[in-house]
Amino acid sequence: MSHLPILPILLPMLAAVLMLLPPLNNSISRHRFFSMGVMFLLIIASASLLLTSHEQGTQVYVLGGWQPPFGITLVADRLSTLMVLLTCVLGLGAQLYACAGDDKDGMYFHPLFMFQIMGINGAFLTGDVFNLFVFFEVLLIASYALLIHGGGKQKTKANVHYVILNLVGSSIFLFALGILYGTIGSLNIIDMATKVPLLDEHEQALAKAGGLLLFVVFALKAALLPLHFWLPKTYAAASAPVAALFAIMTKVGVYSILRVHTTIFGEDAGALASIVIPWLWPLSLLTITFGAIGVLASPNLRLTTANLVVVSAGTLMLAIAMEREAATSAALYYILHTTLVTGALFLIADLISEQRGKAEDRYVMARKMGHSKVIGIAFFMAALTVVGLPPFSGFVGKILILQSAHGLVEIMWVWPVVLIAGLACLVAISRAGTTLFWRSSGDAGAVEPLSKLKLIAVSMLLIASPLLVVFGGPITEFTDLAAAELHAGPAMLDAALNSAHEGGKQ
Amino acid sequence: MEAIYAFCVGILTTCGFFLVLRGRTFTVVIGLTLLSYAVNLFLFASGRLKLDGAAVLGQSVEYSDPLPQALVLTAIVIGFAMTAFVVILAMRSRADQGNDHVDGQIPEQPSARLSASDKRAG
Repeated sequence: MSHLPILPILLPMLAAVLMLLPPLNNSISRHRFFSMGVMFLLIIASASLLLTSHEQGTQVYVLGGWQPPFGITLVADRLSTLMVLLTCVLGLGAQLYACAGDDKDGMYFHPLFMFQIMGINGAFLTGDVFNLFVFFEVLLIASYALLIHGGGKQKTKANVHYVILNLVGSSIFLFALGILYGTIGSLNIIDMATKVPLLDEHEQALAKAGGLLLFVVFALKAALLPLHFWLPKTYAAASAPVAALFAIMTKVGVYSILRVHTTIFGEDAGALASIVIPWLWPLSLLTITFGAIGVLASPNLRLTTANLVVVSAGTLMLAIAMEREAATSAALYYILHTTLVTGALFLIADLISEQRGKAEDRYVMARKMGHSKVIGIAFFMAALTVVGLPPFSGFVGKILILQSAHGLVEIMWVWPVVLIAGLACLVAISRAGTTLFWRSSGDAGAVEPLSKLKLIAVSMLLIASPLLVVFGGPITEFTDLAAAELHAGPAMLDAALNSAHEGGKQ
Repeated sequence: MEAIYAFCVGILTTCGFFLVLRGRTFTVVIGLTLLSYAVNLFLFASGRLKLDGAAVLGQSVEYSDPLPQALVLTAIVIGFAMTAFVVILAMRSRADQGNDHVDGQIPEQPSARLSASDKRAG
């Protein structure tokens, strides 16, 4: 049994612990070099994990040799390894940016960052619902601390809301797990998927309640409509690299819905098949609508970006609600694009607010911006990508999602909502660009120096967008396979579990 | 036994949710604590309630499900850490904002506003 699947969890955990001990604990420069090195190792590990799962099929890692379904397993299939690689790439960008100075605002930025990466990777890789809860808590407690990193009134206020809301969410998560364990009798996702169709009628009602409670928790994380109010303020209050990393956090919720509600409560679940889909349709459409209104109403670039995250979460949910392979594949492509670009946009918002003095990134007239050419090009590119205009990846992603709606009755809702929301985003972001870059008075004054490291971080995240277009063919082939794997149902999963049995015995 | 148990969990959850919906951080923290108690009891019951059932093999004739006990243990540890964090955060918020309201400012009482406008009118 290869130990590769656990590396994306172990590496950041060990790194974080080591950074709290001598000789690394007291020096920020040692922290920077060490965590940067670990980040590169992580990218190599997750890339090779992705290749392994692509070439050799799903990797099931049995922790401690305890046989599934009793022990805890890690399941590294195409979907989860893709998300892990995405996390590591985004993490590297955010970390590079932080190394230019934002990590000095408080203590222990890098260890916390590593714990956060560990939690996210773990949530993607785990094959056990209770373990999913544990990794959710790991990533949440790291995010609580990262959010308040640096301190200040705004951050404290946003953090109080965020923490309380998520603690209530955790309680609901545990209630749901209790119900599911009480009825289904297992917490292993693959095992649950095979047992759900065999439930009695009176147990079905309970299991349905449990499944829908889980949906509430994941919807809270993914910022689906009635549960999205926490997101804009939280993301706008966080420091730039943290906000950039948080771009993947809503995707953890999206991934969990995809995993739990396609595998356990998917099309093969008998009476409990597709229990969330009737909820997902209207909620995702409304999320896109309200997100777009939020984008139009935002008074500064950070809030605009946060609302764009809401729109993208809604779009992803819409693709999941279609419940077909092509749509899931399109959603996976869109996740790659939207995570990296919104991450980059948070960083660009910070660059802009550095250059505009007291006006920061608000849409008001201010002094002339320094380095406006470089930042302008970055902003223009990110803006084109994020609203989905050619030639960048947003366009391809949106086309894929719209195309996959062909033949559904709901297409009369999908197309207008997605396209009009896109138009609203375009209007808002072009207004943002003209105000930030062109409505200026007076001279530039003292130009703030532009850190090279920050520029590298931003361009690294932005360059992903044209790359996603250029390598669109192989990437969509990969996401097609990942979606097919996800929709294949319990039979194929059982095979993976059995192979793990044999692997464990050897 | 089942009825009393279910009743207790229900009462704890209700009180927890009621307190979480209050405006001051102190009551919210108490509410979160009650909720975590309710959750722990609920998780424990998911393995069915059984008297005199040991969780270890070879200790008794009847066995109880050991997994919920492990889950509860994990949930207790995590819940404890989270409660500790939220207590510190509430104190920090009290210090930063100058009051203990979750929104960072105490909303004006409608009656107070009325009397103020009366005064102005007078």
